[in-house]
Amino acid sequence: MTPAKTGASITAKTGASTPAKATDAAAGTHAESAAPRLAASGLTLAYDRRVIAEGLDVAIPDASFTVVVGPNACGKSTLLRALARVLRPTAGTVTLDGEKIASWPARKLARTLGLLPQSSVAPEGITVADLVARGRYPHQGLLRQWSREDERVVAESMEATGVAALASRGVDELSGGQRQRVWIAMALAQQTSLLLLDEPTTFLDIAHQIEVLDLCARLHAEGRTVVAVLHDLNQAARYATHLVAMRDGRIVAEGPPAEVVTADRVAEVFGLRCRVIDDPESGTPLVVPAAPAAGSGSSGSPGNVVKVTQV
Amino acid sequence: MNGSSVSSGTTADGTAVGGAAVGGAAAGGAANRGVVLVRTGGVSLKLNARAVLVGAACAVAALVVSVFAIGGGDYPLSFGEVVRAVFGHGDASTDFIVNQLRLPRAATALAVGAALGLAGALFQSLARNPLGSPDLLGFTQGSTMGVLVAIVLLGGSSLALAAGAVIGGVLTGVLIVLLVGRNGAHGQRLVLVGVGIAAILTGVNGYLLTKAQITEAARAVLWLTGSLDGRDWKQAAPLLVMLALAGAITVSCGRAMRTLEMGDEAARALGVPVDRVRGLLLAVAVLLAALAAAAAGPVSFVALTAPQPARRLTRASGPNALPSACLGAAMLAAADLAGQRLVPGHQLPVGVVTGLLGGGYLIWLLSTERKAGRL
Repeated sequence: MTPAKTGASITAKTGASTPAKATDAAAGTHAESAAPRLAASGLTLAYDRRVIAEGLDVAIPDASFTVVVGPNACGKSTLLRALARVLRPTAGTVTLDGEKIASWPARKLARTLGLLPQSSVAPEGITVADLVARGRYPHQGLLRQWSREDERVVAESMEATGVAALASRGVDELSGGQRQRVWIAMALAQQTSLLLLDEPTTFLDIAHQIEVLDLCARLHAEGRTVVAVLHDLNQAARYATHLVAMRDGRIVAEGPPAEVVTADRVAEVFGLRCRVIDDPESGTPLVVPAAPAAGSGSSGSPGNVVKVTQV
Repeated sequence: MNGSSVSSGTTADGTAVGGAAVGGAAAGGAANRGVVLVRTGGVSLKLNARAVLVGAACAVAALVVSVFAIGGGDYPLSFGEVVRAVFGHGDASTDFIVNQLRLPRAATALAVGAALGLAGALFQSLARNPLGSPDLLGFTQGSTMGVLVAIVLLGGSSLALAAGAVIGGVLTGVLIVLLVGRNGAHGQRLVLVGVGIAAILTGVNGYLLTKAQITEAARAVLWLTGSLDGRDWKQAAPLLVMLALAGAITVSCGRAMRTLEMGDEAARALGVPVDRVRGLLLAVAVLLAALAAAAAGPVSFVALTAPQPARRLTRASGPNALPSACLGAAMLAAADLAGQRLVPGHQLPVGVVTGLLGGGYLIWLLSTERKAGRL
């Protein structure tokens, strides 16, 4: 509810975006929705002089759960960081609501687009409630340090991520899954309509990975645009509504998971021989790596697996 | 949740802290435990009650110790006599002894201690490392070099010494920032570059000392120990001005600084202008350390030591800058008093006392950090 409202008011304020939307819709360039709020064109991304990606064009469909996948060091986290303006591109532009993201005032941007970076450090001895409260920074000021609104939003964010019961606990005492939910709660407290998550499931065991992804899916269902970088292709295929596959700093494929995840594409992106079957739980594509001896005649048993799962 | 306990009577004059609601454990959930909330109209202020108490207690302790220090010496004065004289109600002789002879030294001690405590808290917060302090990062060595150049090469006056300390400290700061680079002015890299610079400057300083005439060398070594002997308002005044400025900047940047401790990316994502805030705070910390060195010489270890007990006392995350400043003032006042009284008939320079205490503290810190797996 709140994110939708924020989005509407911003679009209304930045009048420039409306005509752009109309022309794009007329041209019909984007399959999903015209003139997405967050997009990048001609991005060259580099750390110091080491170029990670060149000539990237990407559009994040509005209200999508977009997941960026690709092998290690393909530039997916770098792309996410550029989309959040944490990394300044060497060339090209990122636009948000029709304006160059570089020209957005820092606090206004932080009220519109949230990023959960990979590298956050919980200050020593901080409690869950205090950490979540830090997400209110862009809404606060020297004379507006802790309004009733702040209090309410922080409580709601902890409720939504299931960490309300942990509010007075120290963040250092929590399990990895709990801690990740606390960080997500902090990003939620920012009340942004776009939420970018950099590998939110890394270092978590499988149950906590699913827990975090279910939470992301719920945040998406509530109306936010969620963009996440994930390692696990199967999880990406299950949760994403829009998949971006990268390799060597290029975008190889983009679209709904069912179209993007094919055996050939997986071979191209990850260099992995596999077969793609339907996920028996969700019906989304499921990548099953080929057995080492699959080339010789092990058609028997994998075939059986496929039959079983297709029932 | 706290609404019921906020007095609406404060709306008339927003400064009335009497109407503040102290959020007890029951009042506003964990986020508000031990928090003093002031909400009137569009203004809402949040103070950590425990941090305020710790800061106030340290400040009171610093003042009490200073009164005892002023009362001691060849003409002992009682606590009451000193306080009366400071407020202008003493007789002519006590007024002279207190306000002309002893108060400037005590005030310098408090100002130097507060400046070092605050500088240490800022450095440690920016470096995200409890070893971030001007003595370990090379700033003190830079000030020392400035002073040695003033004494040895220019045969300088006491004003030249002070200028040398400030210029040396500031130039070291500029050098370190250039070497660390724009994107790395934090964490491990700041500490490593600083330690390297400190080592190089120590070598250069040793060389400068060998080049000095014996009388110059004696004067330089006296300065190098860190002493408050014969300090007057001329030494304290610039530092007091800087402290007021630094206090105001620290308060206004406090929330941004706490956010920075979570990492550059997290801070940027929350809308903190990271480079600007860090540059400003680094400049403040460097100036505080340099002016403190100009006033009292390189008093070691106060900047390193003060922030950690301050944090343990307040039990608050964040830089704890102001409690640390108050604790630094109390520590330096106490060290100066100890130096004057500990060995009868003999005065130890304050730098010797803080060095002895601080060295012990550093060993303790290294061993606990190691046990906690942080080093």
